[in-house]
Amino acid sequence: MITIEKLCKSFEGVDVLADISTQFDQGKTNLIIGQSGSGKTVLLKCILGLFEKDSGKIYFGDQSLQNMDEKERSILRQEMGMVFQGSALFDSMTVEENIMFPMRMLTQKSFEEMRSRANEVIQRVNLINANKKLPSEISGGMQKRVAIARAIVMNPKYLFCDEPNSGLDPKTSTLIDNLIQEITKEFQITTVINTHDMNSVMEIGEKVVFLENGRKGWEGSNKEVFYTENESVANFIYSSNLFKKVREVYQKKN
Amino acid sequence: MVIIQNIGSYFLMLSKVFTRFSRWSVMKDLIIREVDSLIIRSVGIVSFISFFVGGVVAIQTALNLTNPLLPKNLIGFATRQSIILEFAPTFISVIMAGKVGSYITSSLGTMKVTEQIDALKVMGINTYNYLIFPKVIAMLFYPFIITISMFLGIFGGYMASIYGGFCTSSEFVEGIQLEFIPYHVSYAFVKTSFFAFILATVPSYHGYFLKGGALDVGKASTTSFVWTSVIIIITNYIITQLLLT
Repeated sequence: MITIEKLCKSFEGVDVLADISTQFDQGKTNLIIGQSGSGKTVLLKCILGLFEKDSGKIYFGDQSLQNMDEKERSILRQEMGMVFQGSALFDSMTVEENIMFPMRMLTQKSFEEMRSRANEVIQRVNLINANKKLPSEISGGMQKRVAIARAIVMNPKYLFCDEPNSGLDPKTSTLIDNLIQEITKEFQITTVINTHDMNSVMEIGEKVVFLENGRKGWEGSNKEVFYTENESVANFIYSSNLFKKVREVYQKKN
Repeated sequence: MVIIQNIGSYFLMLSKVFTRFSRWSVMKDLIIREVDSLIIRSVGIVSFISFFVGGVVAIQTALNLTNPLLPKNLIGFATRQSIILEFAPTFISVIMAGKVGSYITSSLGTMKVTEQIDALKVMGINTYNYLIFPKVIAMLFYPFIITISMFLGIFGGYMASIYGGFCTSSEFVEGIQLEFIPYHVSYAFVKTSFFAFILATVPSYHGYFLKGGALDVGKASTTSFVWTSVIIIITNYIITQLLLT
């Protein structure tokens, strides 16, 4: 579980995050949504410690991030997995080497043990015949799978995904969403996903936090999204006619 | 103010490069790869430039020796002094600031832009040590390149003098042995070592702290080349003052 209390962050005097308080639950897919520039990525990077927050508190379980020195943060980070927007795979390494990389750096496992574990997660994310390929030789969807495999290879307690569906076709997006949700349930991970993909909200948004101009505008589940009277959330999620119809049909049914 | 801030950030970066070391099994591979990229792949261009510049130095010296009372062995002497004292250590280092420096800045800058450095940080890895330390170690082999440059520069001068008909082989060889001071070679290698460290770290700083996108990678490479060259020239002046005066 991750708890955030009154988190603030500004860049050159401009408030990017203001007074954000929320909680991300273990074993659930927690989504952060909002328009471009609403502060989603900054929030995620503050949680990861890639950006220093101005004020507020972040707890991983009962561990407080602000009381940790760089070495303690490094140890905590070994319990985190991250899927970046552009996958952030290492260009010079093959798919298998990319996935084995965290184990090479952080564990005492033998090469065979590392390879065996890498192949386990490769199978888990349904990557076929890609072990020896370079990231540039595989599709965007496959790169995302490699990034997910690399993120979960160390059995993390916390999984962070920054727009995992960007640049993917709808079918692949759904597959990636479902894969992340399955992994979250299977390993009881606290998963935080940054997205503005409304399909993801509907499909896997067990908890949804809506950011608006750096402030928390709303939070609830994907079921509650259908009944929310918060105008900003409704305008954001139901901006397309298709989703407006979906909402109407859902409300009539229930 | 910005310059002072950059100098501070540079030294803070250096302090982090030599802490929390990555494991040797990984580091060993990285060092070998960097030796190949930074040193071995530079031998060709350094050899080519050294040979021909050595030739040009010899020809220009010969053409300026218009007084018949001056001995021809001065061609070999001037070539040796120019190559060992300045051309090989300093001029080649400025060329390497363009070749190796822009390679380091653009590779680290691209890693920064594509969030690969963030990915390493999230894994709990000391990115300064993992990315910059192998480059510093690889550049320990830099004097090897400068040795080749010294040899080929003088050899180029020899070939140009003989085949240009400016002096005889024995006159040139006598010139390169004339008043030879071994300390000058030591001085050249002392400054080469400083330049090697500058070549590894200043472009790394520009790549690692890059902000922006793909366009900024190109800009950072240019800035890196300018600053690395400036720092090499200033360091050259200071070391020369300290060691030769």
